[in-house]
Amino acid sequence: MTTAPAPAAATLTAQDFKSDYKPIWCPGCGDFSVLSSFTRAFAMLALRPENVAVISGIGCSSRIPAYTNCYGFHGVHGRSLAAATGLKVARPDLTVIVASGDGDGYSIGGNHFLHACRRNVDLTYTVMDNHVYGMTKGQPSPTTEPDWDSKLSPGGTGLRTFHPLVIALAAGANFVARAFAGDPNGTAEIIAEAMRTPGFSFIEILSPCVTFRPEQREWKKMVRPAPVKETDDAARAARRLMTDDGFNIGILYRGHRKPYQAPAGKAVKRLADLEKGFVV
Amino acid sequence: MLGAGGKEAFVTEKTVSGSERASIGVAITGSGGAGAMTAGNMLLEAAAKAGWYGLMVRSSGPQIRGGEAAALLRIATYPIDGLADHFDVLIAIDWENVHRFADEILLDASSLMVGDANQGEPPDVYVKSGARKVNLPMKQMAKAIRGSWPNMIALGLAAGLIGLPAEAVKKVVSGSLKKAGDALPASLAAVDAGIEAAAKTGYDARLAPPAAGAAPRWLISGNQAAGYGAVRGGVRFVAAYPITPATELLEWMAPALAEVGGALVQAEDELASINMIIGASYGGVPALTATSGPGLSLMTEALGLACAAEVPIVVVDVMRGGPSTGIPAKSEQSDVSIAVNGMHGDAPRIVVAPNSVADCLTATQWAVHLAESLQAPAIVLSDQFFGQTRAVINRPADVSFAGQRLVAPAQTEGYQRYAITESGVSPMAIPGTPGVVYTADGLEHNERGIPSSGARDHGAQLAKREKKLSLHDFGAQWADIEGEGDIAVVTFGSCTGPAREALARAASEGIRARLVSLRLLAPLQTGRLAGALAGVKRVLVVEQNQGGQLLKYLRSEFDLPGKVASLRHPGPLPIRADEIHQQLLQWSRA
Repeated sequence: MTTAPAPAAATLTAQDFKSDYKPIWCPGCGDFSVLSSFTRAFAMLALRPENVAVISGIGCSSRIPAYTNCYGFHGVHGRSLAAATGLKVARPDLTVIVASGDGDGYSIGGNHFLHACRRNVDLTYTVMDNHVYGMTKGQPSPTTEPDWDSKLSPGGTGLRTFHPLVIALAAGANFVARAFAGDPNGTAEIIAEAMRTPGFSFIEILSPCVTFRPEQREWKKMVRPAPVKETDDAARAARRLMTDDGFNIGILYRGHRKPYQAPAGKAVKRLADLEKGFVV
Repeated sequence: MLGAGGKEAFVTEKTVSGSERASIGVAITGSGGAGAMTAGNMLLEAAAKAGWYGLMVRSSGPQIRGGEAAALLRIATYPIDGLADHFDVLIAIDWENVHRFADEILLDASSLMVGDANQGEPPDVYVKSGARKVNLPMKQMAKAIRGSWPNMIALGLAAGLIGLPAEAVKKVVSGSLKKAGDALPASLAAVDAGIEAAAKTGYDARLAPPAAGAAPRWLISGNQAAGYGAVRGGVRFVAAYPITPATELLEWMAPALAEVGGALVQAEDELASINMIIGASYGGVPALTATSGPGLSLMTEALGLACAAEVPIVVVDVMRGGPSTGIPAKSEQSDVSIAVNGMHGDAPRIVVAPNSVADCLTATQWAVHLAESLQAPAIVLSDQFFGQTRAVINRPADVSFAGQRLVAPAQTEGYQRYAITESGVSPMAIPGTPGVVYTADGLEHNERGIPSSGARDHGAQLAKREKKLSLHDFGAQWADIEGEGDIAVVTFGSCTGPAREALARAASEGIRARLVSLRLLAPLQTGRLAGALAGVKRVLVVEQNQGGQLLKYLRSEFDLPGKVASLRHPGPLPIRADEIHQQLLQWSRA
């Protein structure tokens, strides 16, 4: 596996982690702030752009990789966690962060979310949740309210909303937090904390869609710092999450699980030693 | 069934002198738990240790454990790639459900069937074949030897009938039962009893002695061979989801990869497996997954990602009966179409098909080399026959194919990941390398990798990805071409062994024909194929599927010369040498 060259000494600013490529997002989109929180977190952690990989699937939020000056991977819809898992297991020396949205991460990619929490590979998983499919112009996602009217689901889906944070806890995520795009500094700090914490870290980022969910502009009035401190008791964290109104911001749970490690074998001297079992 | 000429040739090929045969087919059947597979495996290992070649195919019902089971063996003095048309010896530990194998285990008047009359009667189809029937109360005999089992009687019987030395069999039995306490002497006594019973049958066919000073040999399955080929090619990351009949490939690779500093991740599904290997390969580590038809269907979207983002990956498809869940544990060559065509968009891919158990190693190693060199996905079309067959093979020659990826040096001024180059291959930056960061993208992009929906960028990138493959010199490995003549048999994969055998029979009758066994299905080497078929008057395309997928594909890319015929039927029955030989005979008389 490739070894990264020694990093140069110069300290980088958040701006150094931004690319010159202009985002396609609508003016006022929460994802602009999240991009800025990403780059601030990278600078806070004194990372080098070449040692960071930003992995995504498909959707508005999944456009982030190319807007950073890091290695990026913009794959297929719903599979960002799988690509990130393969990369991190094969290249444990890299810092891997994943950008997803509520459709990409909770609907088409839902199964990978469960198993990434269970597997506990040392990744940071951010989901920019705006309760809507924005790129396909306004369809309900798993976190959309059941009565939200749309062309595809007139009168609403009637479906119960998905509770990503509780599901992450139940599935074994080692770090669970909620952030708000409207507070880029706070979000940067949570991302940095997630990246520092070994194992699978999950951050649900409330990121308003001003085009299809203009009422989400009001979120800035509704969010508040969580009134309690983070806990390492998953049951307590789950109870808090089940009973809050979805607007408590901060780190909610941090556990002590050992991150996933690929099993190591006894190193063979020569590749041909593997043949011994075949010889008649 | 066979014409006069055919019969003579058939006998010529099999008979060395008198009752000595160069190749003998043995089937051992029983209900689940009777130990038919164990006896078959031990027989094959004993033959291998004593210097012969051979192979064993497992056939069983859908039950995970229990149900009916058949060990289908062929032992020979020379390396073989397929079962014989007919079985010389059938040993039924019991007759329960043996009728379910009637299509797979063909007997004729020269065959011998030995069964336990206390455990049922042979099915009508076998009685009608004219095969000689011998009764042997295996269960009763085993009962008389405290702690032994009927399958050890069957093992001794099989060894005795075909002339395997008793010591070789006992050595294998002792090796596998050394921790079994009293069971070992009992099993050895049962083997002796079986050998003794064989002598009383008066069966006089015998294997000819093995060639002296044989080359180093391996006992290996196609799945293991493919796994080892992958490691030799440089694969150090595997992610996969269990699926019959590919699982053994992964089970071999899991500890092997750990020993060479690699890793295998069991993924939550095939969508995850392929995206994981794309992630690993994006990180610079050659990566592979193995699956079968249902898994390949799930992987097609991400195969397109590997095409578009130009990430080298290898997918081994161990084909089984399809469509849908199909016939999981039995072979069929019916994934040709999905392998060569199965993606949306124009998505050039590499498709490599091994044509023997041994070639599973070499072809997979080659596929890794091609994927890495061309930064494209490669599909290896193996099948259940190769994957789950254990065969005694000569150690395959070492080949130098190893992953050689063109990588971008650090601090390359004005680096463009998807730059248009003469060969179509552009240097790939590996994460960790400073000064060449880029975003790999499944969205259409410009040379820099920035998403672009413009006609010019789309056209340029499509042409780049097509050119990488079309300009590459794939070398002589593209096909195995044997023989001369104005008839050509064009085939691939596990039909190659039977085709080769049919051509040998035909040659002994003076029918001149050539064999073209395609190892590289995509991109189809049309120029080379035209050369290989130059001057032929008739082409027989042989494949094991219902719809003629290979024939349709060849015709879609190439004008096959002369009169073209298709010889095909779906799995699980193998295409037999006899079927091909009959067609050649018919043409020679026309």
